[in-house]
Amino acid sequence: MDSEQHDSGQGGDPTSLPSLCTQLRIDILEMIHAAGSGHPGGSLSAIDVIATLYECQLTHNPHEPDWPDRDRFILSKGHGAPALYAVLAHRGYFPRARLSSLRTFGSELQGHPVVGTVAGVEACTGSLGQGLSIAQGVALAARLDGRDVRAYCMLGDGELQEGQVWEAALSAAAYGLDGLVAILDLNGGQLDGHTADILPLGDVAAKWTSFGWGVRSIDGHDHAQILDALRWAKGRDGMPKVIIANTVKGKGVPFMEDQVAWHGAAPTDEQLEQALAALRGEGAP
Amino acid sequence: MTNAPTRQSFSAALAERGPQYPEVVVLDADLSKSTKSELFRKVCPDRFFQMGICEQNMIGAAAGLAMSGKTAFCFSFACFVAGRFETIKISVAYGGANVKIIGTHAGVGVGADGYSQMSLEDIALMRSLPAMRVYQPADDIEAAALCEHLCRTPGPAYVRLTRQNVPTIHADGYVFRDGELDELRSGTDLALFGTGATSAECLKAADRLGDSQGLSVAVVNVPSIKPIDVDGIASWAKRVPLIVTVEDHNVLAGMGSAVAEVLAEVGGARLLRHGVHDAFGESGSAAELYRKHRLDADGIAEVAVAARTR
Ligand SMILES: Cc1ncc(C[n+]2csc(CCOP(=O)(O)OP(=O)(O)O)c2C)c(N)n1
Repeated sequence: MDSEQHDSGQGGDPTSLPSLCTQLRIDILEMIHAAGSGHPGGSLSAIDVIATLYECQLTHNPHEPDWPDRDRFILSKGHGAPALYAVLAHRGYFPRARLSSLRTFGSELQGHPVVGTVAGVEACTGSLGQGLSIAQGVALAARLDGRDVRAYCMLGDGELQEGQVWEAALSAAAYGLDGLVAILDLNGGQLDGHTADILPLGDVAAKWTSFGWGVRSIDGHDHAQILDALRWAKGRDGMPKVIIANTVKGKGVPFMEDQVAWHGAAPTDEQLEQALAALRGEGAP
Repeated sequence: MTNAPTRQSFSAALAERGPQYPEVVVLDADLSKSTKSELFRKVCPDRFFQMGICEQNMIGAAAGLAMSGKTAFCFSFACFVAGRFETIKISVAYGGANVKIIGTHAGVGVGADGYSQMSLEDIALMRSLPAMRVYQPADDIEAAALCEHLCRTPGPAYVRLTRQNVPTIHADGYVFRDGELDELRSGTDLALFGTGATSAECLKAADRLGDSQGLSVAVVNVPSIKPIDVDGIASWAKRVPLIVTVEDHNVLAGMGSAVAEVLAEVGGARLLRHGVHDAFGESGSAAELYRKHRLDADGIAEVAVAARTR
């Protein structure tokens, strides 16, 4: 992309998303393997949505990361940082070669996202529950300044247990913030187990609806559905929107899928090989 | 000699005591595999409450349990529990609830996860609350002794535990004395005061200072940060010309500040507060971060030598 140009979000080619996401999944696993720690499950569940957003919907400019009219993406579930870093590197925010330094001493690629480290990180996250409030503030500022800026925020389903999320949900609806888009990575897992066994969320769509949000539920690994929902969420109708992305934790790596043990563990050499083979077999263009 | 994280040692001790103390209940906020409170769940499942990722609600519910006669131990990472400061202030401290807040993964010793998972300010926060007692055990033996003490002693308390391994520095039969300094080694040229993971590093630093500089270095472990041992500090202030406090916490308002507050009133020895100097943490291994902040034995020795010649 020309360094002078802003990406309007329309430029990306949706047909390239499946192969791109396979590559990004490989990046995620290689990063976590090299680091020896990290969170593969929630990175793999989130990658299709984050990649589709940055490829085909977000208005931004990797060469001018502070451009005031850019849309913002806040990864509230900050432990999914490898997914964010893989996409930011792919979009040219920083060299891909740096990915292998994840979590190491002196690296810009901190274990959880930190403002002022790599370009493109919009908020300090990693303490769950804080991102949607920050995104609300971004949307309020955009409205105040008359900028056509969207604030996107990805939440985990375990993260929804934090009360602050629901304070933001109430508040954003009260302010009619149609520039705010929450994306829920509904993968059914959290740290100690399955969300249903720890603190069941009940009817999530009904909850958001009753809080005054526009709600759409999709398959969070189907790029066409993701794109369609992202386009829907741009509607200026006086309501904040939430896209409920039904996902699989560990998606793409059969032995990680829906396995609680892969919330926060790095693959061994052998497991990495096995995972990459599965991904390459499936995702070859 | 064992080498274990104090989160493991403390949680194992609590699980062991579960059957003996039927009023003990344990709450965790979706981190029981990391805090190791799952060990208690395995022994006493009916007295374990998985609260989900809701630290604030967990602390409030613990206060309610405590007000109904239970001894409620609340586990999470130190940053996430201490982060619910005002709930602790009102529901626990002000109400005098018998809640033991157990913050694991303290300090830069957390390592690769980075600063958002570290707590470098929890001692400062908890010390500031009336009625709140603040403890940090240095090894497995002290963690177990502290656990026993807390099971028997009512009232609000905060306990700070490590993610990383720490070596055993106490002998079997060690008795925990609330509000007292724990002298590990005597000496006359200076005294190193450690707490938690830094106590073992202070011992190693004292060896190095003895070998390389011929210094006689005392080492004092500070498991009880509040109440702090006023008489003990006053007596050390007469025994040595220099005290160096060493902690994996911000130097502002931590253990070193607690010592400084006493020394400012009793006079005597000069003090150097050493720790994380008003900085955020970052990713890296615990060893790399201890090196960077000079919290490892070599770093402590360097800091102590520099302090003597100042
Ligand atoms: C406030 C807070 N409490 C606890 C944690 C520890 N933690 C990290 S990830 C996680 C589970 C998150 O589950 P979810 O939001 O569903 O994420 P996903 O399953 O998508 O990885 C927990 C409890 C945290 N990061 N922040």
